[in-house]
Amino acid sequence: MRFYRNIDDMTKEKPLTKNIRPDGPPCNLQEYVESGGYRGLRKALSDHDHEEVIDMVVRANLLGRGGAGFPAGKKWSLVPMGEDVPRPKYVVCNFDEMEPGSFKDRFLVEGDPHQLIEGMILAGYAIEAEVGYIFIRRDYVKAARILSKAIKEAYGKNYLGTNIMGQGFNYELHLHVSAGRYICGESSALLNALEGGRAIPRSRPPHMSTVGLWGKPTVVNNVETICNVPHIVANGPDWFRELSYTEEGGTKIYGASGRVKKPGAWELPMGTTLREILEEHAGGMKEGFKLRGALPGGASSEFVTLEQLDTKMDFASMKKVQSHLGTGTVIVLDNGNCPLGMVLSLQRYFSRESCGWCTPCREGLPWIVQMLEALEEGSGTAEDIEILLAHTKLLETGNTFCTLAPAAMFSLESALRHFRDDFEGHIRLKGCSYKRDKAKV
Amino acid sequence: MITEIEKREIEAEIKKAPTKKAAVIDVLKVVQKHRRWIPDEALEEAADMLGMTPAEVDSIATFFSLIYRRPVGKHVILVCDSVSCWLVGYEDVKQHLMEMLGISLGETTKDGRFTLLPSACLGVCEEAPAMMIDDDLYTHLTPSLVDEILQKY
Ligand SMILES: Cc1cc2nc3c(=O)[nH]c(=O)nc-3n(C[C@H](O)[C@H](O)[C@H](O)COP(=O)(O)O)c2cc1C
Ligand code: SF4
Ligand code: FES
Repeated sequence: MRFYRNIDDMTKEKPLTKNIRPDGPPCNLQEYVESGGYRGLRKALSDHDHEEVIDMVVRANLLGRGGAGFPAGKKWSLVPMGEDVPRPKYVVCNFDEMEPGSFKDRFLVEGDPHQLIEGMILAGYAIEAEVGYIFIRRDYVKAARILSKAIKEAYGKNYLGTNIMGQGFNYELHLHVSAGRYICGESSALLNALEGGRAIPRSRPPHMSTVGLWGKPTVVNNVETICNVPHIVANGPDWFRELSYTEEGGTKIYGASGRVKKPGAWELPMGTTLREILEEHAGGMKEGFKLRGALPGGASSEFVTLEQLDTKMDFASMKKVQSHLGTGTVIVLDNGNCPLGMVLSLQRYFSRESCGWCTPCREGLPWIVQMLEALEEGSGTAEDIEILLAHTKLLETGNTFCTLAPAAMFSLESALRHFRDDFEGHIRLKGCSYKRDKAKV
Repeated sequence: MITEIEKREIEAEIKKAPTKKAAVIDVLKVVQKHRRWIPDEALEEAADMLGMTPAEVDSIATFFSLIYRRPVGKHVILVCDSVSCWLVGYEDVKQHLMEMLGISLGETTKDGRFTLLPSACLGVCEEAPAMMIDDDLYTHLTPSLVDEILQKY
């Protein structure tokens, strides 16, 4: 049986964004309910037990939208269930969204906050959790205001609290506003932050599904992941899989930033090609600029180039072209910006945001920044490029405590793969020719 | 050092939290709301209320980039220096801010009005370049727009 849609099927259903009015006010509770909201919750509470909800999410093949693509249903099924397990259990929503180039979660919540809240309640019901937390970065002032109002509305109508909808399920939902640092988005560091500690990652095992927040079973999911859950429960897993062009279920919020004509975010079938995203939805390049390459999924993904534009943007296909889907928000490199300069900006970010817990990351990233700076200024040597390459191995997965540093290497390694000429040009010409060209103008 | 109002607000935060320690960020934010930053004595008194050692609270206060352990100006400007903003004009915006204010990143103007800090991606990359002043977000920045915005503060 084939579950996914034909590429020429133009009935593009947009469950996640159907209520979102760009530049308009957020969808309020009444509008949300009128559009079919809280229907999934009602259905789950009255017709389905916990395992059935998990099973729906498993069959929907909903892959985590935080960047790693871990199957959400599988994560939920690792949580110990039944009377004798440690309680309370927790669902935590990761709304830190500090991955450079990413803005999709903000877009979802500012437009339709109840979708996230309903998803959080359903996730709680599925794993028999008593408490949910939404962890939001402090800079999302508007989203936090919208969410706290929506949470109040949901309590007012007994979608939250005790004996929800008269069905005997109790669930509290809290909003935690953080105070900066990218590492808070790493799920175990996030739990430390919630507990009031330094946000450094935890060692695994034990996995958070058994030993998580305050040592209790915990599930951490991305905003977009959670937002999909009400639709899966309301419409069923088969419907959900048919939204996608590939095996990976659902639609995806893609985005684009950089020198494209219409930067923005769009809900499209999972597996839409990079070309369609950039040419159709982002409107192509700004007048006078040419496309050089792109990071398909935020700062923690590898450059792809013009030859790879027809790749489907899903987790499996992006791996095949030695990249990552990541957050699905594309950062576009044009011919007026220096690839080395772009990588330097990225490495400065990762270096500053390193939590400092493990040596390769704490020491390696600043070293990389210094070498890139030397190259940019014109004092770099051929050996520096070899040392940079060596670092992409030294900071590889397995050598560090979390994936911040290995993911930081994605852009560097792939830039050296695709734009090596530009790097070597800085040695030959003793500096950055893009900067010189700019200075001339 | 800590005033009665701060004390009451801190106690309210601690009461709301599932454990005392879990309130630490909210407690530091209370102090910061009243004083703009966290002086040593305030940190010590807050630590006492949280049942934590000052060293532990300090290790947290210094970890989070938006908790300030040094004095800041009346308004804090967070200018995004991440990749999408860099691609479309961060350098010019930063340069202009520094010239207008007569300070570098990390510094406060002599009149104590503005502190200028670099910021991680503000999550509005589709409207880059971007900055925040206190709780207000500004996007599609150009040097002339920056002039206009600064007039408001
Ligand atoms: C340094 C770092 C930062 C991260 N930031 C975020 C984030 O802001 N939002 C997010 O959902 N996941 C982030 N992640 C991924 C999380 O660790 C985790 O995989 C994710 O929240 C799981 O949700 P999902 O399975 O629904 O994708 C980050 C990971 C790392 C290593
Ligand atoms: S890789 Fe970097 S961010 Fe991750 S634990 Fe090590 S030092 Fe911290
Ligand atoms: S890179 Fe500046 S807002 Fe995202």
